[in-house]
Amino acid sequence: MFDDFIQSFWPYTIDGLALGAIYALVALGYTMVYGVLRLINFAHAEIWMVGTFVALGTVQLLGVSSVGGIALIGLVAVMALAAAVVSGGAAMLLEVSAYRPLRKKGASRLAALISAIGASIFLQQLFATVVVPVVFGKSEAQGKLPVNEHFVERTNVIDIGPIVISNDKLIVFLGAVLMMVALDQFVNRTKLGRGIRATAQDPQAAVLMGVNIDRVVSATFLVGGAMAGVAAALYFVRFEQAWYFAGFLLGIKAFTAAVLGGIGNIRGALVGGFALGLFEMYGSSIFGSEWRDVVAFSVLILVLMFRPTGILGESLQQARA
Amino acid sequence: MSGHDSYPIPSRIRMERLGTLRRNMMRVTGAVAVSAMLTMGVAACGGDDGGGEGSGNEVTIGFMGDLTGENSGLVIPPRNGAQLAIEQYNATNPKVKIKFKPYDSQGKPEQATTLVQGAIKQDKIVGLIGPAFSGESQATGPILEEAKVPSVSPSATQITLAEKGWKFWHRVVADDAVQSAGAGDFITSQLKAKKVATIHDNQEYGKGLADAIGNAVKPKGAQIMAEGVDDKATDYSATVNKIKSFNPDVVYFGGYYAQAGRLFKQLREGGVKARLMSGDGSLATGLIEGAGQENAQGAMLSCGCLIDEAGTSNAKAKKFATDYQAKFGSPVAIYSGEGYDAATAFIEAIKAGNTEPEKINQYLSTVNFEGVGKPIKFDAKGELASQDIYVYEVKANKMPLLGNTKEAKVE
Repeated sequence: MFDDFIQSFWPYTIDGLALGAIYALVALGYTMVYGVLRLINFAHAEIWMVGTFVALGTVQLLGVSSVGGIALIGLVAVMALAAAVVSGGAAMLLEVSAYRPLRKKGASRLAALISAIGASIFLQQLFATVVVPVVFGKSEAQGKLPVNEHFVERTNVIDIGPIVISNDKLIVFLGAVLMMVALDQFVNRTKLGRGIRATAQDPQAAVLMGVNIDRVVSATFLVGGAMAGVAAALYFVRFEQAWYFAGFLLGIKAFTAAVLGGIGNIRGALVGGFALGLFEMYGSSIFGSEWRDVVAFSVLILVLMFRPTGILGESLQQARA
Repeated sequence: MSGHDSYPIPSRIRMERLGTLRRNMMRVTGAVAVSAMLTMGVAACGGDDGGGEGSGNEVTIGFMGDLTGENSGLVIPPRNGAQLAIEQYNATNPKVKIKFKPYDSQGKPEQATTLVQGAIKQDKIVGLIGPAFSGESQATGPILEEAKVPSVSPSATQITLAEKGWKFWHRVVADDAVQSAGAGDFITSQLKAKKVATIHDNQEYGKGLADAIGNAVKPKGAQIMAEGVDDKATDYSATVNKIKSFNPDVVYFGGYYAQAGRLFKQLREGGVKARLMSGDGSLATGLIEGAGQENAQGAMLSCGCLIDEAGTSNAKAKKFATDYQAKFGSPVAIYSGEGYDAATAFIEAIKAGNTEPEKINQYLSTVNFEGVGKPIKFDAKGELASQDIYVYEVKANKMPLLGNTKEAKVE
């Protein structure tokens, strides 16, 4: 049972980190919106899904095939930028159309949640029935099938004893870490970041101090969406597939990562994402792949039993003071 | 501001937060339930063009399966085959015409049960071709049995379906026991594998098939290893690592092509050199598209179905291949012949003057004709009397027939 785990510890760790990096980036969107609005934005998974299709479109538009080495890094940067812009825009649009009207009328958070589910189903079906057939030239019956594009030439860039890392996994990991550091700096160092923190801490006081709440909320969705876009581009490099329903499972996992790390806490999302990725891999190794999700969610329950607010606990406002 | 850090969070607030989280979890469950209901409702309304009352000289035959979902590539060919058979029959201007009515279950058991009840009560179907998959067949079997409506599945291959004692259930395809015995024999004697890894998608069909393959190769002295993956997952790196350290000669996947494509791609990219193999659920070119042509080369597929594009097996197969190509503009594909044969079984019953479901069912137990791929004759359990398994191999972007498992030769 443990033989495989001990023998293949490094491959599992590397795959766990590459997977966890994507969870963490998507989890940031959940956690930021929760921190500011106390709302679980369930349509966030679909914002990520939109990003995977933008990445696919970018590759098709550039018409590249078997990209490796430095060129791959450039391509990922272009894909990530395109996906971040579109996903960020889509997230802002989502906020304006699905949440802001409810917020202005003082509707309950439950109403916003229903609205989130509606937006999520709408985006899924929009891609399955319109975008995939029209934009990507598939037949109507193929709209619900994953769209594949093979363009990455995989090589092992690091090969030291048991540690073998392929170029795509390295790019995913480094790209994600880079984005997370950038976000952390943005929230902690900029004026808008201070606005976000202030709103998270006390919305009323923030207004009195001259913070434009609508702007802060828009910025939160934009940044969270952009992170999801980058995550989508990285995911696309790794798996080379876009699918209208792929957000379902990934969304649940990313949300779990956010809760695991402490929802509302940006660094918590990072810790939660990597922890979940590693737990899934180690769990699969020890108990078999069928038990992957069981292990991951059992760990979540255990953590919440002893630390109800997640690993890092504090929320956005208290994380740094 | 830093002073705030040392403030302990009052326990009341902590509880409150936990409460919010709990409520959120409940909302998630509720959300899933609501969305499931929504999709079911939409599908139940879709494609309804006024239920056809069996008006003496017209009866309705239904077809059920995943027509728009992820695995519709396996179900559209048999739907086309069945439609072709019925149109050809109606064109002969018979006494009793047949109305053909497709039901899109998206392959989901819960959706199929709702649809089948409507088909029986409102549309008054006299027979059902399908359901296409094993999971939905399992779910609808008792309902059809109670309503005494016969069904003939072109493609449900799970072993236990024939063991339920259902009297109104039939299939025109060999089950997974026959498939796994045939494929298992092929793996050990033709491919000469000493170590076999099986992977399944944790679904009725896939797990049944993969487990049966394991059981079939074990007595022949092969070392086996079993793995399972989530059918909605896209990341299989844990499985790839496990397979790599086991280092098998053959990897057999039980599941459908959309996932097989993803899995084969990641196995190859992860450096697994073993011969990749899968079953009927993956016998569609979507597998090559998903895995990438290079990664899919040499992958083998076992199936109880005969896809005979050139029509070499008999004259009927040749005529069917030509007619199919002319009508649908694409060559015969997986289970298209089985769909045609299933419809023909019903047509034979109706030709003999049976228009009541129970009478048709009685007739099906005696039906005996040469289908487009194989002889159609049911035993008492509803299984075909004679069963063969065929092997296909991925070459370039096609999956040509390699032959019967007993005769197929591998370079």
